[in-house]
Amino acid sequence: MKVNVMKHNPSGLFKKLSLAGAAFMLAGTFALSPAMAAGGEPGPEIKRQDWSFNGFNGKYNKAQLQRGFGVYKEVCSACHGLKLLSYRNLAQKGGPEFSKEQALAIAKEATVIDGVDDSGDPKERPGKLSDRFQSPFKNEAEARSANNGAYPPDFSVLAKARTIHRHVPWYTEPYYWAYDIVTAYEEKGSDYIYALLTGYGTAPNGVTLGDGMSYNKVFAGHQIAMAAPLTEDAVEYTDGTPTTVEQHAKDVTAFMAWASEPHLNARKDLGKRVQIYLLILALLLFLAKRSVWSRVKH
Amino acid sequence: MSEHSSSYKPSNAFTRWMDERLPIIRLVYDSFGVFPTPRNLNYLWTFGGILTFCLLVQIVTGIVIAMHFVAHGDHAFASVEHLMRDVNWGDLIRYTHAVGASMFFFAAYVHIFRGLYYGSYKSPREILWILGVIILLMMIITAFMGYSLVWGQMSFWAVTVITNLFTAIPIVGESITQWIWGGYSVGDPTLNRLFSLHYLFPFIIAALVGLHIWALHVVGSNNPTGVEVKTKEDTLSFFPYFVIKDGFMVIMFALLFSWFVFYAPNYLGHSDNYIEANPLQTPPHIVPEWYFLPFYAILRAIPDKLFGVIAMVLAIVVLFVIPWLDTSKIKSVKYRPMFKPFFWLFVITCLALGYLGAKAPEGYYLLASRLFTAYYFIHFLVVMPVVGLIEKPKALPDSITESVTGKSSPEETAKEGAQS
Amino acid sequence: MSSDHNDEGRRDFLMVAAGSFAAVGAGASLWPLVDQMNPDASAKALASIEIDLTPIKEGQAVTVMWRGKPIFIRKRTADEIKSAESADNADMRDPQTDETRVQKPEWLVLIGICTHLGCIPRGQANGDVHGDFGGWFCPCHGSHYDTSGRIRKGPAPKNLEVPPYTFVSDTKIKIG
Repeated sequence: MKVNVMKHNPSGLFKKLSLAGAAFMLAGTFALSPAMAAGGEPGPEIKRQDWSFNGFNGKYNKAQLQRGFGVYKEVCSACHGLKLLSYRNLAQKGGPEFSKEQALAIAKEATVIDGVDDSGDPKERPGKLSDRFQSPFKNEAEARSANNGAYPPDFSVLAKARTIHRHVPWYTEPYYWAYDIVTAYEEKGSDYIYALLTGYGTAPNGVTLGDGMSYNKVFAGHQIAMAAPLTEDAVEYTDGTPTTVEQHAKDVTAFMAWASEPHLNARKDLGKRVQIYLLILALLLFLAKRSVWSRVKH
Repeated sequence: MSEHSSSYKPSNAFTRWMDERLPIIRLVYDSFGVFPTPRNLNYLWTFGGILTFCLLVQIVTGIVIAMHFVAHGDHAFASVEHLMRDVNWGDLIRYTHAVGASMFFFAAYVHIFRGLYYGSYKSPREILWILGVIILLMMIITAFMGYSLVWGQMSFWAVTVITNLFTAIPIVGESITQWIWGGYSVGDPTLNRLFSLHYLFPFIIAALVGLHIWALHVVGSNNPTGVEVKTKEDTLSFFPYFVIKDGFMVIMFALLFSWFVFYAPNYLGHSDNYIEANPLQTPPHIVPEWYFLPFYAILRAIPDKLFGVIAMVLAIVVLFVIPWLDTSKIKSVKYRPMFKPFFWLFVITCLALGYLGAKAPEGYYLLASRLFTAYYFIHFLVVMPVVGLIEKPKALPDSITESVTGKSSPEETAKEGAQS
Repeated sequence: MSSDHNDEGRRDFLMVAAGSFAAVGAGASLWPLVDQMNPDASAKALASIEIDLTPIKEGQAVTVMWRGKPIFIRKRTADEIKSAESADNADMRDPQTDETRVQKPEWLVLIGICTHLGCIPRGQANGDVHGDFGGWFCPCHGSHYDTSGRIRKGPAPKNLEVPPYTFVSDTKIKIG
């Protein structure tokens, strides 16, 4: 006894009314969205870079991480710490993969305070592989006083602590969300850092910079306390890679990405095996399910 | 259905001995073996099993993370990073837990909307539904506390903002807030109690899930027609039919889950939470995790502090009373032509509130939040009671079996078949 | 009838195959949950330490920490070496010659944990009780160790353990 009553449905009017209501509400937000975009996120649209570690198959490039470490050491480490990493990490798999000896040599350049001597004063010794990276400043106050009041952030997780926003109409946002998930795009922070490092320039007319500040088109407010850190040929590369500002920026950003996500290579490798396993299991379960249910009508 | 006598027969001396002392094998056999389940359930009904899987994953990974976490303001953030960097498999365990929270809510929301669509809250399933709402409430509190433990900027300021909601309570608000903080601001005592309760609550949730399943087994599953089970013909035993079906969907769900864990673990998080908590600096945009966004939008839609909080709380509390707000005799929206468009309008409302919760509450975003917030409550308080009274529903099938085997037109049967 | 049987067989096969495949995966996913309790990378990085021996004078002993355990390093006097070597043939519970327990006779390196129930024996400082055999004495249950760290009297079943170590230079050892 199944009668289709749709033909003489008295509620058609209600349906139309409520759909109209929904359409009205959606249209309300839609029509007025350009006005909002104008007053929305500051800064220019940031271009996405083609990182070696981006996406489903992305992995760190060992040579790039080694160059990036070079840039960090020569240029950044005077002000920026790397306190969550240890010197041994430089030799670990999936990273810059320096040899143990190279990593130890880097560690030994640092001075580490370890315990107290017989008179109770802090005892200094050269760094070991097991030591954490030594920060350039003892504390935030020292860092600020040495940097015109600004605090150079630690690099350990910085590449995950920054992000960028797409400048797209709101109704296309769900599409981009899905796109980023499917393409496994997790490099928003790296894109930001690269854009910042290459975003220096002279201030446009009418912009007055504060004392000791530099103009940067990417930084929020466009005034940044850090002077343009990278110059052409700032760091010597032994592998023949061009030593442009862009290349330096790319390499040091890749290094920072690795510092903030050191197990990315291993994670993506294991991920493939897990996904294949789950696909096979899903297929088996599907066949078993179909076979079990084939004996009943459903 | 609670009266149905057990058909379990111990097969050997040990099971007979056991059965006389603790009939636990009988319980499992009755509840998950022969338990009669409507044969026409569609795939939306597998989300109960998926949610059980989610709870298990969260508890297991959570216990493991607690072995490495340090509940102290100076060390919490670093201990999480230590877990990510140095502990064997630590990054995967933590990402599974973090992504797992999102997956848990995703599955819970599908489960809830399935219940709303098919009228699973209606008599005789009111208690079953209410237990579910309590579980949702506990999940919200637990997830919030868990997020705070990372002690990043978002964690810290989320705790600050949410605990400050209590100051909206007249007269005693200030004292309650200080009681929650254990001080005059969010600090170490707060972090410690959040950790303690975050560890406790999942076990309370597990107990509530036990009650939820118990209540389910008393009244039996609802089904896409909303017509109650009449004969044995209408049902199939839980094993193997639904075990294998649920199992298949759990693995499909695990595929999605593992995609996030392995390839987009930070996609659902916020970059500001990788900055250690700093009580002197608030991030420019405070946004909760995506699964709280609709409630956050409701909170901000109301210009008054106290009424904003009340509205947000009511948004969940109203779910407790919908078994009595819905005046329709018919369960499934499938047979309710007048109510159906309102149902989908409600779905759009929830999605829109989620979207608006992530936007700055100004200009037209704010206006839209207010419109959708209004409909959120109108849907439950006006549409549900009124439409149920004036609507003329479509004819229901006589029984579940009829809806499956279909004595009407062949197209109808094919359509049903595709859904089950 | 026979096709029914085939169906049944195929169904059972698929159920068993899917079930076992799922069980393998469940088993494999247990491993990370177990392995996370093993020493982590930062602990493993501390698995070996280097010790400078120059400040230790003859007849003195120092205690250093290695993998969370006390390590006794003693620069033995000629008398102590002699007493240890002359006891090589004495009646012992855990017979070992002194030669097998040291790399250089003057340097004795031991894990300072009583092999009975894990207490730390006395005898590092010169004013300590050294036991009946001039080495160490465990106050918990009265085990006496000699100047080679061998158990000579009391309940301990084994000699004090010698950790793995190498001389990096004449005045430096690496333990672990």
